[in-house]
Amino acid sequence: MRILCPCCGERDAREFTYCGDASRVMPALDAEADAWAAYVWGRKNPRGPHEEYWQHAHGCRHWLRVTRNTETHEILSVLLEGPWRARHEAKDPR
Amino acid sequence: MAKYSIFSLVLNSLTRHRHWRPAWRKAEPRPEYDVVVVGGGGHGLATAYYLAKEHGITDVAVLEKGWIGSGNVGRNTTLVRSNYMLDQTVPFYESSLKRWEGLSHELNYNVMFSSRGVLNLAHAPSQLDVFTRRANSMMLNGVDAEMLDTDGVTRLVPNLDTSPGARFPVVGGLLQRRGGTARHDAVAWGYARAADRQGVDIVENCEIEGFLREGDRITGVVTRRGEIRARKVAVAVAGSTSQVMALAGIEKLPIESHVLQAFVSEGLKPALDTVVTFGAGHLYISQSDKGGLVFGGDLDGYNSYAQRGNLPVVEDVVSAAVAMFPCFSRVRLLRHWGGLMDMSMDGQPIITKGPLDGLYLNCGWCYEGFKATPASGWTFAWTIARDEPHALNAPFRLDRFRNGYALDEKGRGPYPGHH
Repeated sequence: MRILCPCCGERDAREFTYCGDASRVMPALDAEADAWAAYVWGRKNPRGPHEEYWQHAHGCRHWLRVTRNTETHEILSVLLEGPWRARHEAKDPR
Repeated sequence: MAKYSIFSLVLNSLTRHRHWRPAWRKAEPRPEYDVVVVGGGGHGLATAYYLAKEHGITDVAVLEKGWIGSGNVGRNTTLVRSNYMLDQTVPFYESSLKRWEGLSHELNYNVMFSSRGVLNLAHAPSQLDVFTRRANSMMLNGVDAEMLDTDGVTRLVPNLDTSPGARFPVVGGLLQRRGGTARHDAVAWGYARAADRQGVDIVENCEIEGFLREGDRITGVVTRRGEIRARKVAVAVAGSTSQVMALAGIEKLPIESHVLQAFVSEGLKPALDTVVTFGAGHLYISQSDKGGLVFGGDLDGYNSYAQRGNLPVVEDVVSAAVAMFPCFSRVRLLRHWGGLMDMSMDGQPIITKGPLDGLYLNCGWCYEGFKATPASGWTFAWTIARDEPHALNAPFRLDRFRNGYALDEKGRGPYPGHH
């Protein structure tokens, strides 16, 4: 499996650390316990496209938001996570 | 279907084995049952068997989407042990191990259970301390445990590199002599045959496509082969749990499906007569009665439904095997395959009534599925028949996560891939 890092190019999956489901949204700090329980423990666990975090640990160390098909391991999209995404897409070299 | 015995063997030998009957009927699904068990793996079959045998509920169908033995029950590395630590987990797995010890006689089918011992290697004094704590916890729960020093490990497993110059020097180990291996296919076939003999219908090639419901109550299933009504529907589908439960409208569960690979080498003469596990990296290895080395290691590490693994883990596991057993370095790998693990948030299963009326759920088995087959079936059958958990599976309820009673033996937190 290879992941196309927006920063470093196509690299072997061994350079990346899997960091789990990226579709979960953290509830407000004062949210009810049930909302927190759903966030911490609940997973959709889809068969098919899955949005997930990978960190390019042995590369640029960017966190990536990857959409990958869990049935075929096909990588459907890779985006930088955080403020760097907008700069990267604007081709701003800062 | 006749009982297997020395007489049936002799009789069939004399008639050139032409008169053996299939071990179970190819049942056609009927439109209605007392209990429908979704999933014809080890746990589903064991559940059906114990429902019939222990609770007298024989109007049961087991629906399997493929064929019996096609899923994890035929894909695991066949290890059986009860070397756990928590007061909730040890009694459960120990009850399973006790059932393994008499299973061949109970099922009238040779599951080839072999108490060859399971050895966990320690590679640092601190790890040995952790194992000693685990051994104490096991013994307090009435389970056998033995601590070995390096010499003890060398005597037990002479082929293991225990020299001070080893890549991972061995400082000792935790041995459970009653642990061992069993023939995984025979477990599936044995439970299928025993359930069938009690009157259970085993329906293969019958994937479910939805649930029948009246309000919030589940009243049956829709299958490829038509609708089947049931008073109770029990789901035991391992890696497919999230998909099947989504059909019932349950969107989120404390489960992720991951792929775990297993390997078998070419056949060798007897070289390893115990099960050795190397937890500091990750490897567990044993030798099957046929002679192949059967081993495995880590999950591939990401959510997957592929039922096949990727190469980095092949390299990782094989290099660990060769580092531990340099004498196996020229052995050729025969096959490797992947199975879908329903990894739960604390590394322990869920055996529960609910989450909807008329529905019963058995999932989240992580690495524990095969060894737990008898206890899982037995406690799940109890829960289905009596509508309440047995003391053994009461801690394994679904709401334990929400309520702060997770059974996280290693304290690793809600990261399914890390258990």
